[in-house]
Amino acid sequence: MRRTSSLLPWLLAALGTLVVPWHMQQDGVTLSGVFALGREDAEAASALWQAAAHGRFWFWPVVAALALALPAALPQGRSARQARVLAVAGGLGLLAIVLQGLAIGVQGWSWPWLADTFGELNDRQFGIGLGGTLAMLGFLFLLTDGLARRGLFKGDRFVSGAVGLLAGSIIVFTAWPVLTMLSQMFTPRESLSWSGALLDRVMDRKIWGLACTTANVNCGVFWNTLMLATASATAATALGLSFALIATRTGFKAKKALRLLTVLPIITPPFVIGLGLILIFGRSGVVNQLADSIFGVQLGRWIYGFGGVWLAQVFSFTPTAFLVLIGVVEGISPSMEEASTTLRASRMRTFRAVTLPLMLPGLANAWLVVFVESLADFGNPIVLGGSFGVLSTEIFFAVVGAQQDFGRAAALAGVMLMVALVAFILQRKVVGRRSYVSMTGKGDVGLHVALPDGVRRAAFAVALPWAFLTIVVYLMALAGAFVKVWGRDWTPTLEHFRRAFALEWTVDGALIFAGGAWHSLWTTISLAAIAAPITAALGLLAAWVLARQTFRGRTTLEFALMLTFAVPGTVIGVAYILTYNIPPLEITGTAVILVACFVFRNLPVGVRSGVAAMSQLDKSLDEAAVTLRASTFRTLRTVVLPLLKPAIVTALVYAFVRAMTTVSAVIFLVSAEYEMATVFIINRVINGDYGLAIAYCAVLIVLMMAAIGLIQLLVGRRRLGRRSAAGATPAGAHT
Amino acid sequence: MSASQTGAEVRLIGIGKRYGKVTAVKPLDLTIEGGTLVTLLGPSGCGKTTLLRMIAGLEQPTEGRLLIGDEDMTLLSAGERNVSMVFQSYALFPHMSVLDNVAYGLVSSGLRRRDAQEKAEAALETVGLKGFGARLPSELSGGQQQRVAVARALVLQPRVLLFDEPLSNLDARLRRSMREEIRALQQRLGLTVVYVTHDQSEALAVSDRIVVMRNAEIAQAGTPEELYAQPESVFVATFMGEANHLRGTIERVENGMASVALDALRFALPARGLPPGPVDVVARPEAIRLAAEGAEGMAGRITRATYMGSHAEYVVSTPLGELFVIAPRQRTLLPKGSAVAVMLDVEGVVIVRP
Ligand SMILES: Nc1ncnc2c1ncn2[C@@H]1O[C@H](COP(=O)(O)OP(=O)(O)O)[C@@H](O)[C@H]1O
Ligand SMILES: [Mg+2]
Repeated sequence: MRRTSSLLPWLLAALGTLVVPWHMQQDGVTLSGVFALGREDAEAASALWQAAAHGRFWFWPVVAALALALPAALPQGRSARQARVLAVAGGLGLLAIVLQGLAIGVQGWSWPWLADTFGELNDRQFGIGLGGTLAMLGFLFLLTDGLARRGLFKGDRFVSGAVGLLAGSIIVFTAWPVLTMLSQMFTPRESLSWSGALLDRVMDRKIWGLACTTANVNCGVFWNTLMLATASATAATALGLSFALIATRTGFKAKKALRLLTVLPIITPPFVIGLGLILIFGRSGVVNQLADSIFGVQLGRWIYGFGGVWLAQVFSFTPTAFLVLIGVVEGISPSMEEASTTLRASRMRTFRAVTLPLMLPGLANAWLVVFVESLADFGNPIVLGGSFGVLSTEIFFAVVGAQQDFGRAAALAGVMLMVALVAFILQRKVVGRRSYVSMTGKGDVGLHVALPDGVRRAAFAVALPWAFLTIVVYLMALAGAFVKVWGRDWTPTLEHFRRAFALEWTVDGALIFAGGAWHSLWTTISLAAIAAPITAALGLLAAWVLARQTFRGRTTLEFALMLTFAVPGTVIGVAYILTYNIPPLEITGTAVILVACFVFRNLPVGVRSGVAAMSQLDKSLDEAAVTLRASTFRTLRTVVLPLLKPAIVTALVYAFVRAMTTVSAVIFLVSAEYEMATVFIINRVINGDYGLAIAYCAVLIVLMMAAIGLIQLLVGRRRLGRRSAAGATPAGAHT
Repeated sequence: MSASQTGAEVRLIGIGKRYGKVTAVKPLDLTIEGGTLVTLLGPSGCGKTTLLRMIAGLEQPTEGRLLIGDEDMTLLSAGERNVSMVFQSYALFPHMSVLDNVAYGLVSSGLRRRDAQEKAEAALETVGLKGFGARLPSELSGGQQQRVAVARALVLQPRVLLFDEPLSNLDARLRRSMREEIRALQQRLGLTVVYVTHDQSEALAVSDRIVVMRNAEIAQAGTPEELYAQPESVFVATFMGEANHLRGTIERVENGMASVALDALRFALPARGLPPGPVDVVARPEAIRLAAEGAEGMAGRITRATYMGSHAEYVVSTPLGELFVIAPRQRTLLPKGSAVAVMLDVEGVVIVRP
């Protein structure tokens, strides 16, 4: 029998506590700085050395927990007592780290009552760095090892560790920031106590005002947001359904091209549509110019405001609705409709009485998905909103504006979070209970009944003009990159590309990236490339744990994960700067905060594609591997992962591409050193430099297509043989 | 694979499993001797699979302990128990060749790939699949896939081998031959096997002992003969084969023999510790004899008659109720409606606690 020991996590914790510098180093950890015992400078020393030589007593509990764990971590037998000691020591170590980190900050004690109790502390500390991180991981895995050895998680240390890691990272990177942000609503202001300040912030007329119903002014941003999200969701769902019906139920010739629609939202940077609309309907847009020169009419700035944002959102989110609905429409078992027709129902009656009701939960789902996307959308309102404010832009201006009012931002974000949560819970209710879509994996023979003529005509009448418009918007948007000044000087030029991506050679032949966009492009690509594998790995791990393991707290973990999906990007952005500005985790302005943001914003996508694929993979396959003495990790590596390749591709592509196109959260997190492409573009747009912005977007689109192709090539295909094995065929990824 | 190897004893001590409010297995004790084949038999949903998976380590018992050999395995994970399982769906890895599938467990245990494949070849030969190693599982028939699954489990020389309804995906003829192969292999290698099935004839054919389960608990355990001939409850009697359930009375007990009154009939049957009073009587259909009207016995009338080739089946209406009768070696079928005399053969009749 194998004797397993917990020496590895112990060594990790020991390395972090004893050897490596505990705190974040100003210039990063250098090779010579890694060994941090015996340092003169307390900030560069390891925890043990700080406690021993610099009088930082608060590290002694951490060291003590480490010492306590050692005997139990050694490879000898497996008594129940050892397991308990291990768990307790791991838990104590974590607790000690967290408590000292929260209690002692840059100004000594973090809370006044601590100073009152223990007296002034004439010392301080900065955020944790490599040492602290390693130690936390080490103690975490000691704890999970101990729990597994006590029989939790079926005695499986890997599962236990995975759950610990997931739970820990959700707490640190989602729950904690969101709660910190929400607590900002309560900070007292001027003469107001916390409750007064809260009321003042939340009950703001700028949020709830209904003046627009009586006078010609803007309503509160809450109503604006709600109206916009409702209108966008309704229109996008209707359009998405038309496209889905045409793509699956008619003999329409250009179906392949329609499928292209599913890729568009993934690779389109968030303001391409907005820019396209400006170039068509803006003050110097094509339509306005024509109207002026032919009819002498001034169309004005109508595109800036509700109408424009709504139009842009419908363009942006129709593909999303289509993506959701095509699965729904395809998923309806043809035999249901065939049954209906054999029961003498007409095609119209079949559609109305069978097809439509079966699709209803799917429609509701699509509606809610778009609703939440619209709620969190930042790119379109910032480009086209004008004086029409929504929650996301209002939060942005509360933070970056002259006022720097975090309390107000927190209150707005709280309202937004509430709306998102309500929508999210509704969606779970609608979809959870009544999903009729029957994806059994069994070949369901039969043909879908053709659409009734009326429905077919309606679908075409809605979808075709829209498809045409979409193409025009995209073309215009891209054409803008190739003329000097849109609307005034139509001379073709590559000047915008040159300004963004010029390459020059010095006299001695060295290459200079002279264009203004290179810096942000490299940053974006490298951070996205770092984040994507982490996102995919963590997401699939979570999917596997959720789909395959049963343990206490599983539903809680699942709910917490899905909840991260409901938190809008703007909220996350504000929450991150508020939380990570100060120790114990002082990562604002670093690459870490951006990568963390990407990973935890996109995690749910990885989880969902993983869970979907996993649910089609016969569970007894992993169980067989486990009974064949494969370690859980080996089971994952040799059985689950090879069969999940399509899901891996999906997760990687999504994680990479979304990291490159996201803007709502990162706009708060970028710094001069780490500037992201999207933020660079939005700054150009705000300055009215459309040409360069569009040129950059075009380059991003091409890059992302290349990346998708490359990832698909790298991950490769599954080999399953000529007959596909029963129960072991995950759905192909449509990417 | 050595023929001298003997499987280990398995002891379940007060083991039980609950899923929230649902009790899948009530706490029970069971000892499975080393080198024997024990079947868990029972209707669907009675907890057989759950019990088996607890032995495998795929399910954590809510209470109780599990010993294999002398070692307490309760807290060990599936991979650490030296137990192999053959799944109902076979669970062959679809992306690996047959040989890789069989070698998988060996490689997991740290064997070099070359050695593992050699052993896997040998195991494939044991189950009669020499030369199939390079194929993918999807390129085999159902029966062949089943054999690969068995080879994959066997090659690890597990101390206990578990089968969960291994034959339910095969057709009737293949089922019969596969079950004989499994039994022969188990006896040749001296394996400890726990075998789950809901098919009583399969259980009777392969088992050293049968554990009949009902409603998450053990109804009765014993050898096939014991269970068939001396069921302890009407449930076990009817589950182990066709049986007529009658109500009678014990008039008195003398020297361990009970005088049982069934309507007009009187028998002396082993008392099995039951006191005088009402009692349930179980009569196998082949223990009921039909004679021409007027002969000794209870009067009856045939209400249904079916010719089955090797035997005939009747339903006879009697003062005790409808009786199901199997009459062997009968050339001519007694016509429906004819009056008969009904006698019971004490060999096939037992009394059970009501
Ligand atoms: N994961 C589970 N959650 C809840 N109930 C379960 C679960 N697995 C099995 N059960 C219940 O436990 C009982 C026994 O199931 P099982 O052992 O599969 O029966 P069998 O194999 O005898 O048909 C059934 O009532 C089943 O519904
Ligand atoms: Mg079962």
